[in-house]
Amino acid sequence: MSFPWANQYAPTNPFMRWLDERLPLPRLAYNSVGGGYPVPRNLNYFWNFGVLAGLALVIQIVTGIVLAMHYNANADTAFQSVEHIMRDVNQGWFLRYLHANGASFFFIVTYLHIFRGLYYGSYKAPREMVWMLGLVIFLLMMATAFMGYVLPWGQMSFWAAKVITGLFGAIPLIGEPIQTWLLGGYAPDQATLTRFFSLHYLLPFVIAGVIILHIWALHIPGSGNPTGVDVKGPQDTVPFHPYYTAKDGFGAGVAMIGLAILVFFMPNYLGHADNYIPANPLSTPAHIVPDWYFWPFYAILRAFTVDFILEAKLWGVLAMFSSILLLFFLPWLDKSPVRSGNYRPKFRIFFWILVADIFVLGYMGGLPAEEPYVMISQIATMYYFAHFLIILPLLSMVEKTRPLPNSISESVLHGEAAEAAPIGVPAGPAATATA
Amino acid sequence: MAALEVNEGNASLDGANNDGGVRRRDFINIAAVSFAGVGGAALVFPLVNQMNPSADVLALAQIDVDVSAIQPGQAIKTSWRRQPIFIRNLTPAEQQAANAVDASGLRDPQTLAERTKEGHANWLITLGVCTHLGCVPLGAAEGENKGEYGGYFCPCHGSHYDTAARIRKGPAPRNLEVPEYEFTSPTAVRIG
Repeated sequence: MSFPWANQYAPTNPFMRWLDERLPLPRLAYNSVGGGYPVPRNLNYFWNFGVLAGLALVIQIVTGIVLAMHYNANADTAFQSVEHIMRDVNQGWFLRYLHANGASFFFIVTYLHIFRGLYYGSYKAPREMVWMLGLVIFLLMMATAFMGYVLPWGQMSFWAAKVITGLFGAIPLIGEPIQTWLLGGYAPDQATLTRFFSLHYLLPFVIAGVIILHIWALHIPGSGNPTGVDVKGPQDTVPFHPYYTAKDGFGAGVAMIGLAILVFFMPNYLGHADNYIPANPLSTPAHIVPDWYFWPFYAILRAFTVDFILEAKLWGVLAMFSSILLLFFLPWLDKSPVRSGNYRPKFRIFFWILVADIFVLGYMGGLPAEEPYVMISQIATMYYFAHFLIILPLLSMVEKTRPLPNSISESVLHGEAAEAAPIGVPAGPAATATA
Repeated sequence: MAALEVNEGNASLDGANNDGGVRRRDFINIAAVSFAGVGGAALVFPLVNQMNPSADVLALAQIDVDVSAIQPGQAIKTSWRRQPIFIRNLTPAEQQAANAVDASGLRDPQTLAERTKEGHANWLITLGVCTHLGCVPLGAAEGENKGEYGGYFCPCHGSHYDTAARIRKGPAPRNLEVPEYEFTSPTAVRIG
């Protein structure tokens, strides 16, 4: 499960030795995130976002458990209980703002994590399972975030519950019974709120479980790296601890500053004022949009306006779900043997066009469903699917890639002897050869 | 600065410092970890403090009671901080009975005067919470068992309180607690 030159866990403390023979939990930690996990030595800061996403999950679970001590999953009192948290509970405002903005933080770092994977080809063999498990986590996150958004039982909560469950209503024949089943009624009400609360509490732990599988699958081949070249020997790696614990620690510090700015100075910037109005089943707010992290998908949903064989409504729903399900096939759509975008000049251009396209979709998703926004959404949606279904398969056939470095160490060393031997790692043959 | 940089270049493979001084890296390591530790500890405070009584609970921590309708020999139960409060208008006979006891021989030595306000010796105001394990003693309402000493009787484990609500018999360790209160007028009490 690891490279043969990985450091071995060898506790010197007698108690730790005693424990290791009975419950080798410290050994597991050592081999996963300690000195026993060799990692390519050339990771850049884009490799911080997995750890940051894990940190975000911890923040969400801790603040969430605490909020659940004060929240009331009752259609009559849920809204009041959220105000109670904001005004009466000691530091309740802080905990709630941290949870609400923590969700945005979680999506920011996860999106950067996904884009890192797209650019550096992290989805390619032998890491397909890592990629697909990551997508499962992403889907679970979306479900969890949506249900959490419903809990304050404000206007946006209520109508989000109605609209999102309405997506399932688009399915022919069985759609309406499914929507009624999801809601436990004909509109969101007590039954909806209590089941969403129950699932919102459950799913983060399911996410934690899938994260363990995600990391397990990752540690079979080991982490990727910006060159996309496989690790060839000890000179290509450094132990996770202290090298990447320090690097991730620094990244976490910067990220926490960003989160603190959101929580303390602009806590409602990413929210909607309408959600401070109690839910009213008889009046829809003039402009309803989901939270920002759903905007690109919301734009795809609204891009289908004409019936074509199937109803436009169904096309929108299918396209929205396909836009994510499609990514499960990415390892087989992009057949280029070169992983890293750094060595694929044409892919790199199209990658940035895709990023821009997703930003356009996101921007359109946040705007009202009017022209010209709908038309722009339609073009951007077409491009999104074209990127994965046409451009990537073609590119992998015709693109002339740049020559890859012979090894990771060769790509990072510039001939200085000192660089070849960082503290704790004896200079390997490849390193000395370069020097 | 120059000396430090030279030191770092000379650091041996295990990170130990051969010159006996403190390397810049040691300083950065300790500073960073301490800073994160202090930050983490600061974050624990709201997580713990949120379980303390919230502002709306504390707002109910003071109540005003009108005692004008309570006749001598009668008692009422009211609620303060979600706990029962007994307010009892002692008859002269009950006060005498309480004063006749030598307080120093009691389990929790207190005189009636110490348990009432000056000038209001007939008003016995206590928590209706048995000091044994927290049940509500009987004796405040008409017809309830007042125990062997004519005060209160806790049915859970048989603690007997006298007319000054002092523990006289049974497992309870202390007298019924007298809350903080004051008479805002001859017939109005502010508890808390």
